[in-house]
Amino acid sequence: MQGLDFSVVSSYLDIIWVGVWWTATITVSASLVSVLGGILLAVAVLHGPSALRYPMRLFSWIFMGTPLLLQLYLIYFGLVQIGIDIPALAAGIIGLGLHFAVYNADILRAGITAVDMGQTEGARTLGFSRLQTLRYVIVPQALLNTAPPIGGNLIALLKESAIVSVIGVTELVHSAQLAISETYRPFEFYVIAAVLYYVLNLALEGILKVIETRVEATR
Amino acid sequence: MNAASKFAGANDRPMVQVIDAHKSFGAFEILKGINLSVNKGQIVAIIGPSGSGKSTLLRSINHLEALNKGEVWVDGIQVNRPLTGHAFEQHINSVRQRMGMVFQHFNLFPHMTVGENVTVGPIKLRKMPAARARDLAMELLGKVGLQDKYDAYPSRLSGGQKQRVAIARALAMEPSVMLFDEATSALDPELVDEVNLVMKQLASEHMTMIIVTHEMRFASEVADRVLFMDGGIVVEEGPPSEIFSNPRMDRTRTFLKKHLAG
Repeated sequence: MQGLDFSVVSSYLDIIWVGVWWTATITVSASLVSVLGGILLAVAVLHGPSALRYPMRLFSWIFMGTPLLLQLYLIYFGLVQIGIDIPALAAGIIGLGLHFAVYNADILRAGITAVDMGQTEGARTLGFSRLQTLRYVIVPQALLNTAPPIGGNLIALLKESAIVSVIGVTELVHSAQLAISETYRPFEFYVIAAVLYYVLNLALEGILKVIETRVEATR
Repeated sequence: MNAASKFAGANDRPMVQVIDAHKSFGAFEILKGINLSVNKGQIVAIIGPSGSGKSTLLRSINHLEALNKGEVWVDGIQVNRPLTGHAFEQHINSVRQRMGMVFQHFNLFPHMTVGENVTVGPIKLRKMPAARARDLAMELLGKVGLQDKYDAYPSRLSGGQKQRVAIARALAMEPSVMLFDEATSALDPELVDEVNLVMKQLASEHMTMIIVTHEMRFASEVADRVLFMDGGIVVEEGPPSEIFSNPRMDRTRTFLKKHLAG
């Protein structure tokens, strides 16, 4: 049996930092995809032409009803077969982003419906179009009102980003695995990875806190 | 410039004209053929019991309610033009910019500051530069006595202050006519006067105004003409002195007896 020796970690810090960097990058990019995608999905389902509503429902059903792992395999390995070659990093961001976009859309749909009818009337009587009313008045309020559950989704997204390692992106878990394959010290590197996830989570929670404080200012 | 204005002169036309307005909600007919004509600078108060159709009439002028039959004209333009789809959207958005509407429940945008509430219309719709919109908003907020609230969120304001901001927001679009839908009905009694004062000031500046109200005294003080509506028709109309002191119709008398007592 080997004793634990965390000093070995110090010589692999650069590979670990690569992992932290890509996990942060994937999380931020996929979060943007998930929130913007969530808004588009929610608005399309509530206000889009009926020709758009059913495809959107099918889309939601696919992303909600199947495992993220399968979705990533399909986007990265599957689409190549029909001539759509997406780089691993982009495939990871798209897959992760769309997966959570569907969940955010569900929350936002309720958030949009909950905005008082008077808000729409107030905006429309000023002369805002339907789309402008959604953009400037309804969606911002829905986002503010649903910030806590959407923030929860983003924290889940950060943790689920580890799955992107299966298509070969060197995010945090994958970088730990690379170090382990050279040192045979899984315990030390997985613990370090876990600590770093915790730190990233704290950072994300900090950002969400700032947003919620700003929301509180309007109440 | 359309043909009519070339001959008659746009100034001779009423600012607001409603012709034979009919509106039903399901089987219930709420407007049964209303005619209304308001000249530029005139102030018309619409009174009547709940369910008389007075709010529906006002909302139909802004096309928040689509009439089943009849025409609405504002500032020489037909509001409910027989257009469909995108063409109607464009038409209604531009014609609505000529009308300011003030609601019972204010409908301020809670995620924007007072300043943003007033400037968002001019900036987004009239493409006004932000600095100019700010000056305009400051001027209008000064007019309603709320300059110091520019950076406050609506949640920090009293009902009366909210309604004054809502009036400033509507005025920022520089409308030709202001529509007030029971603007003081949701306010605590002690806050009613500050809003009424702002409306009186607007009246003194010859703003064309249509006011749906429950306040008979305010109506008699500010209006050039009073319409009494009941059961979806205009029962009686005339100058406030006539309507309030010497109503001709029984229905008007009964209504006023209830509302002027106490």
